[in-house]
Amino acid sequence: MAWHYLRRNPRLVAGLLILLGLLLFWLIGSRVVDVRGARPLSAPPDMEPSAEYLLGTDTAGRQLLPVLIEATPRAFEVGLLAGFVGLMIGTVLGFMAGFFGGTVDTVIGGLADTLLPIPALAVLVVIASTIKTNLTVEIMALIVASLAWMTPTRTIRAQVLTMRERGYVEIARLSGMGGLEIIFRELLPNLLPYLAASFVSAVGAAVLASLGLEALGLGPQNEPTLGMTIFWSIYYGALLRGMWWWWGGPLVVIVLLFTGLFLVASGLDEIANPRVRRAV
Amino acid sequence: MTPGYIVRRVLLFVLVVWMATSVIFFLPRLAPGRDPIRERLALMAVSGSVMQTAIEEMARAYEEKFGLDQPLYVQYFRFMGDVLRLDFNVSLLMYPSRVIDLIGQALPWTVGLLLTATLIAFGLGTLLGGLTAWPRAPKIFSYLLPPLFAFSAVPYYLLGVLLVYCFAFKLPIFPISGGAPTGTLPSLTVGYMLTVMYHSMLPALSIVLAATGFWALGMRGMMVTTQGEDFMVMAEAKGLRGWRVFLNYGMRTAILPQITSLALTLGHIVSGALLVEIIFQYPGVGTLLYKAISGFDFFTINGIVFFVIVGVGLATLLLDLSYHLLDPRIKRQHA
Repeated sequence: MAWHYLRRNPRLVAGLLILLGLLLFWLIGSRVVDVRGARPLSAPPDMEPSAEYLLGTDTAGRQLLPVLIEATPRAFEVGLLAGFVGLMIGTVLGFMAGFFGGTVDTVIGGLADTLLPIPALAVLVVIASTIKTNLTVEIMALIVASLAWMTPTRTIRAQVLTMRERGYVEIARLSGMGGLEIIFRELLPNLLPYLAASFVSAVGAAVLASLGLEALGLGPQNEPTLGMTIFWSIYYGALLRGMWWWWGGPLVVIVLLFTGLFLVASGLDEIANPRVRRAV
Repeated sequence: MTPGYIVRRVLLFVLVVWMATSVIFFLPRLAPGRDPIRERLALMAVSGSVMQTAIEEMARAYEEKFGLDQPLYVQYFRFMGDVLRLDFNVSLLMYPSRVIDLIGQALPWTVGLLLTATLIAFGLGTLLGGLTAWPRAPKIFSYLLPPLFAFSAVPYYLLGVLLVYCFAFKLPIFPISGGAPTGTLPSLTVGYMLTVMYHSMLPALSIVLAATGFWALGMRGMMVTTQGEDFMVMAEAKGLRGWRVFLNYGMRTAILPQITSLALTLGHIVSGALLVEIIFQYPGVGTLLYKAISGFDFFTINGIVFFVIVGVGLATLLLDLSYHLLDPRIKRQHA
């Protein structure tokens, strides 16, 4: 059945293939290429792509092919971790607000409404610039997640509100199920497709936020990441020096990553919202 | 719209700004580690402009001046008082310029570029999105979807990188960086305005290209769901002309969530465009922030972030208050 559905959903398939391709690039790349070349001073600086240095080198003497191979899984890691934590907090709060209502709803809803208009990147800049001395990929993901739960909270609360009054929940309540039991056995399974779609968009948003921080120079200083590579290339004027290979590689990987995530998200959206499915 | 609603909405705006400002104050101070002034002085010592032995003494003097030796709650009230008076101290990096003056110089550039580019993208994207979901629109609009998808998946500043390389480095049609030619003095002459516009073409284009797809996708989603609604069938049945059904019935109903998301994503646009400014070395708030971060200019960072928060909050407030003009259903509720 799932196979049949995949065949009718070309966007989901295309997205999954792109993401799979990026993972293969890392898996195969890290076995074939010596990733120690991602360190500074491992090669002569400012080399154009050649047979020896396939994607060239940057001003600090990093080879860009190993840099890309090392950086690609890190973007996934930040996105998956931050997306997961953000969505978890959002789901728990959204369920509590929607299901229990009353004061709980007022407090959680109020908090989400007040925090939502605060531009996340602005606050992230302040946090990241304070602790940047020993920033790791994991800490960065948690910083991003700390401001990524408001949208899931609100959308999941709305979903729970529409489901709460339906017949099967009423019957479950009459048959003596407790609040938590209803949430886990009746509501959550129905929300799974929706949660899957939210997860993918949360991952995309987290990758976007972390790339933004890195491009401002606020990423991990000692680990190669896509955003930091863009940052260094701007910092050393790669654009004005015509060193397209420096920023070109990360750009292609980032575009592929976002396109893949976007296609998967809109493909899952079709499963989650049958209304969209009919019209597209 | 009742006065009570307006008052509540304005109170929410004040609450948002207060909470965000508190977050900015507390988070960095709770986080382990950095001492901005000592770090700045250490940097100055490295570059040879301050004697190594004088650092401790200077650090203490700075701390006293900015109240960093006081208990946290005293600092908090002092900080809030300063913020109320829009006093963000002096820049550590560009001493002795005041932060507020630096922001004042940069703000017009950013607002001019952002507002224009965002509104163009919003209008263009909303119209295109509506047309791609409209069954009776010319076939050509459905071919626009894939490229719009592709562009909306790319962060703004990366398109900026590509544009600089193609149209400023390879084909030098446009200036490679800056807001105006170096050495020209700002003036209200036609010639100066033209050069400013000329310099803003590429940054604006990168924002418009990336954002149009985003708006088109949102609008398309909305329009798709209005297609089956009763009032649309009714409008068709009344025999109204196609474009009237499209504009007055379809677009008008579908545009409201777009407006909401215009307000909500303004923060996102601001932060995305900050990076566009850095790519083009545009003399706006983004470039100032970039310099402040790389020099760890704590006060300037705080000042800029405060202005971004107020700007986004204000935009949300104004859009919320103008809702009733857009949707007849809301108008009835507040009447």
